Amino acid sequence: MQLIKPDINVDFVGKRNMAFVLSIVLILIGIGSLIVKGGPNYGVDFAGGTLVQVRFEQNTTAGEIKKALIPNVLDNATVQQFGDDANEYLIRAQESDSGLQGLRSQILDALEPVYGAGTVDMRRIEMVGPQVGQELRKQGLMAILYAMIGILAYITWRFEFRFAVGAIVALVHDVLLTLGAFSLFGKEIDLPIIAAFLAIIGYSLNDTIIVYDRIRENMGKYHGSGVPLTVNRSINETLSRTILTSGTTLLVVLALFLFGGGVIHNFAFALLIGVLVGTYSSIFVASPILIAWQEKTAGKSAP
Amino acid sequence: MSNSIKLRGLLVLFCLVLSVLALGPTLMKDSLPNWWKNAFDPIHLGLDLQGGMHLVLGVEVDKAVESRLDSVVDQTESLLRDEDVIFKRIERKSDDRMVITVYDADAGAEVDALIQENFPNLEPMTLDASGGYIEKNYRFSDQEIANIKDYAVRQALETMRNRVDQFGLSEPVLQRQSDNRILIQLPGVKDPQRAIDLLGKTARLEFKMVDESADIQQALQGNLKPGTKVLYEHRVDPMTKKATENPLVVFEKTALTGDLLADAQVRIDTRFNEPYVAIEFNAVGAQRFDQITAANVGKRMAIVLDDTIYSAPNIRERISGGSAQISGSFTEQEATDLAIVLRAGSLPAPVKILEDRTVGPSLGHDSISKGVNSVVIGAVLVVLMMLLYYRGAGLVANVALALNLLFIMAMLTLFKATLTLPGLAGIVLTVGMAVDANVLIFERVREELRHGKSARVAIDAGFAKAFVTIVDANITTLIAALVLFQFGTGPVKGFAVTLSVGIIASMFTAIFVSRLIFDLVLEGRQVKKLSI
Repeated sequence: MQLIKPDINVDFVGKRNMAFVLSIVLILIGIGSLIVKGGPNYGVDFAGGTLVQVRFEQNTTAGEIKKALIPNVLDNATVQQFGDDANEYLIRAQESDSGLQGLRSQILDALEPVYGAGTVDMRRIEMVGPQVGQELRKQGLMAILYAMIGILAYITWRFEFRFAVGAIVALVHDVLLTLGAFSLFGKEIDLPIIAAFLAIIGYSLNDTIIVYDRIRENMGKYHGSGVPLTVNRSINETLSRTILTSGTTLLVVLALFLFGGGVIHNFAFALLIGVLVGTYSSIFVASPILIAWQEKTAGKSAP
Repeated sequence: MSNSIKLRGLLVLFCLVLSVLALGPTLMKDSLPNWWKNAFDPIHLGLDLQGGMHLVLGVEVDKAVESRLDSVVDQTESLLRDEDVIFKRIERKSDDRMVITVYDADAGAEVDALIQENFPNLEPMTLDASGGYIEKNYRFSDQEIANIKDYAVRQALETMRNRVDQFGLSEPVLQRQSDNRILIQLPGVKDPQRAIDLLGKTARLEFKMVDESADIQQALQGNLKPGTKVLYEHRVDPMTKKATENPLVVFEKTALTGDLLADAQVRIDTRFNEPYVAIEFNAVGAQRFDQITAANVGKRMAIVLDDTIYSAPNIRERISGGSAQISGSFTEQEATDLAIVLRAGSLPAPVKILEDRTVGPSLGHDSISKGVNSVVIGAVLVVLMMLLYYRGAGLVANVALALNLLFIMAMLTLFKATLTLPGLAGIVLTVGMAVDANVLIFERVREELRHGKSARVAIDAGFAKAFVTIVDANITTLIAALVLFQFGTGPVKGFAVTLSVGIIASMFTAIFVSRLIFDLVLEGRQVKKLSI
């Protein structure tokens, strides 16, 4: 079976300006959303605070839970349904003081009289102090930064510096888009999401390197035909691989997104966006950067 | 069969056997012989998958310095009295300084000499205070402060370990993290609130005499005699379960501390069927207890734990022999926990919970089944897609994929890595990307076939050309994974482990195992057409 005919020749490079505009518009929308919402929506891991996941035996509503909690325990807690059934909820609060170390028993004490003793199951508690949250945030950012530096060094060593620049621009592009999507959809960024971002970096890079590899090979082969043509030819030659691999990866990430369960939902969401964006960026961002670089340096060296 | 194929086949076979051996204890827990179970551990599940607590505690080391200085102040005061040095006042000021106010330079010199002799690690500093007095200031050297802090964390860790040991959990983890932090992981803990209560207790046990002459109403309004303070006695009515706080005035000076305990046990009072804690002093403690009780017959002595009075019994007679009991309105579990903290010793400084992640066993169970489900569903989809697209070669890729999963799991057990929820996600991602190397190879082979090459030549060329690409692409991802491992914490690290292991396994299976299968098929045969 073949999805892509071997002699296919789509003019990807010709559409690069359209793609640049699209990317910039999407990134601007994301940044706009971030500004409007006052920065990324950090979860408990990074902002500090408390998150409790509670399951009840009977169905209930967020309003009822709030009614039971607010006068007694927490003033500014938010309650939100978790998953599809109306018996599991997330309770979030800003408090993380160790004075609240009795929080779990306080919440139980407030809920059990309403719902009945033994019918409230506290399935998960996450409490992160503000100081720890700040440190985790810093570590997460540093991890992304160091990963980028390492990758830059490796690509510069294996290819050329301009390839590395293209790859990094594509990475920043992917992370910005995913971050923007998270902000638009109002999803929280916590520790596993940092892992997802790095997975996106890894995946996008994987894709980019494979196209680059072909470009490098073809540059030697078709020396006279100019950079844009070579780049376009290389993208087309690797197109069936790109589609197949992205397809299989999307399939499994989709399986994770649909069947992986609530705890990992946001993580799978990040990967889903990341795989789509990563595939797009290796074709429309990373490779055309090479051409732009070429044109810029050619323009400079011309008298 | 050529030697090269034989050798490579043996290597793959070896990996296969090792993997099956390593995974045996994970897949079949009970039906295996003992040598097998002893040789390989089952896969270690993270707290998010098996349920449990992850705590990061901060030891408030500054408090340890303060209380150390407090005891130096106490000792110095009695020293000065013993030596008949005349002084106006001795106190601790601004956390880290001891200040002794004296009337003249002679007394100042005496104080200096005494301190020099008894506390060589105190640094002196003399100031002229107002009103013609001389203020002798002393503080610990920076080195000494660092030592006290370090010792406080180490002792806290030791105390925590004792308490956790008595809690009866199978595989607790206690580690000192940066500076003043202690990481505690309690897999499978049933009652998280109890664990936190138990760990967080400072457990400073003190015996203080009650000041019977004080007027409690006056005292509550803040009119206290110097050297006394108000503490509350915590009582729970056994019938109504109502808690009451009963204020008592006690002398600040501690008659005896819990450091001198030898043992603490829960006993049941047969008359009221109420649990109490029987404590046993060591030799020094027994002697002191003997003296104190002898000197205070008829008075009340408060038994204070972390500034809460548990009971304040009347001393009816002199108690020698060094045993006493703490009765109060305990439940049996409260009494047990009290005995545990008393046996394990007190914390040198209070601890604060900086991070608390607790996952209930039911959620962990859900997460595993959902995670494994999505791996299986994803893998089946990929297998079908590869078969559909590449036919015979797809079968080879699927064998490689299956081996890949097997090797990942085996490596996780061999490296004693911990499988977490994000780790499972890492495996899912690897499954998606694992076929990539094979796809790259197959696409190259197809290209070569299109150029009219023979099957064997096309395979050779396809593998050779794809090899560089595969290595470059995977190493960059590996760099990202290793950085994650180095700088990540918790879930990020778990993800990094499976991702790195997955990349290594997939490179091996795609390049090495697939090639071997092709070589086996092509060996000694004139294959005209490849199913690819």
